[in-house]
Amino acid sequence: MTAPTPPWALLAELTHACPLRCAYCSNPVELTRRSQELTAGQWADIFRQAAQLGVLHTHLSGGEPLLRQDLEQITRSAADAGLYTQLVTSGVGLSAERLDALVDAGLHSVQLSVQHADARRSDELAGHPAFNAKRQAAALVKERNLPLGINVVLHRHNLDALDALMELAVAWEADRIELANTQFYGWGLLNRAALMPSREQLAAAGQQVEGWRKRLDGTLEITWVIPDYFSGTPKPCMGGWGAVSLTVTPDGTTLPCPAAATLPGLDAPNAIDGSLRWIWEESPAFNAYRGTDWMPDPCRSCERRTEDFGGCRCQAFALTGDAARTDPACSLSSDHAALIDLTRPGTPPPLIPRRPAAAGRLRARTALQVP
Amino acid sequence: MPDTSTWRPRLPPAARLRHDQVRNTDVLLLPERVIVLHGSGRAVLDLADGTRTVDEIIAALAPDPVPDTIRDDVTSFLNKLHTEGGLR
Ligand code: SF4
Ligand code: SF4
Repeated sequence: MTAPTPPWALLAELTHACPLRCAYCSNPVELTRRSQELTAGQWADIFRQAAQLGVLHTHLSGGEPLLRQDLEQITRSAADAGLYTQLVTSGVGLSAERLDALVDAGLHSVQLSVQHADARRSDELAGHPAFNAKRQAAALVKERNLPLGINVVLHRHNLDALDALMELAVAWEADRIELANTQFYGWGLLNRAALMPSREQLAAAGQQVEGWRKRLDGTLEITWVIPDYFSGTPKPCMGGWGAVSLTVTPDGTTLPCPAAATLPGLDAPNAIDGSLRWIWEESPAFNAYRGTDWMPDPCRSCERRTEDFGGCRCQAFALTGDAARTDPACSLSSDHAALIDLTRPGTPPPLIPRRPAAAGRLRARTALQVP
Repeated sequence: MPDTSTWRPRLPPAARLRHDQVRNTDVLLLPERVIVLHGSGRAVLDLADGTRTVDEIIAALAPDPVPDTIRDDVTSFLNKLHTEGGLR
């Protein structure tokens, strides 16, 4: 077996704790307890190993990474390892002092999540009065001349505010805005029916994005991806299983993608027990769906198989109960019709805010029926 | 596209030039992206510090008189990088 090509990026989920309660959160339904979190010393070791393996970027994420009191130390160790560091935050807890300390530690860039352009709606969606903190955090980041990215998870309840969100990004002097349509894993999957946008909403938003692209002419970078529920072509999950990046969760569990924790029988390795190189190159979990050998029909003989790698394993599992099936988002999948049914308008149920206790009760509701 | 006669390209504050030892190549790191630099890409960007015009960068790297192919290659490289947000 030839060694796989090296990874480019490491998503470091430093904690699952978060003051926000977003119903679309892609964190796993079973959140890691704070007492099981890796220490700053363990993270430093992981960053060094990652850099030696070929990783160039790390996203310091969560949950809310600012809840780690030792975030400065963690950031410094990532920068010292030679990694490009980006803080992924809700903005809650980002004071001027904290940001100065992080910049001093070597932080390169900040990505700020925004739930809605309207303060009241944003706070409702986040389940926390966070909008003002976000506005202040954005100003602090720009004052220090750091690049600012804004990330918005889009769904039925905020897609209509797309123009206002773009105005906010311009007013806050963002360098990038990522308009990410909800992925249906984790909490997002529990809330799928409540979050699912209508086809009309998406089409209108897509046109607005085009308008902004022309108007801004590259001064603000816009990322917009049509959800694969509607496009009929699945997304290449993370550029292919075990192809581009690794995710290390708060307790050291190491996964090919942040949602993979939900896959049963994956036997995810832990970065404390094994070297990152072994995990990337040899662990059964990282090789489970790597390349094309594992593929079922119709992927096996499909000419797109080296482009999308059969789509997302986590989505296949979440919707069919079998991670090795073709992603139901693919129009060639035998499960695609059932998926299309989910996108039909019905009465959207209420949102279930992210909170640890609601898990067990709801998990049973999430699978599609597959004959 | 910037006016190449007056443009003095420089890297945005977000960008970092690095040598990637694992892949044995130079790279330009941006918040969400890695741009792999081939050939003289690194040498060009080392000169793109906001003090030189495109012509001055080319003159510093190419023999005199500057072959058209080099002028075209460097200009299109700089323009492409500008479009991708890797230069200002
Ligand atoms: S999506 Fe919201 S609730 Fe979930 S981790 Fe991010 S900020 Fe926290
Ligand atoms: S059949 Fe498989 S490989 Fe082909 S487009 Fe669909 S998901 Fe991709």
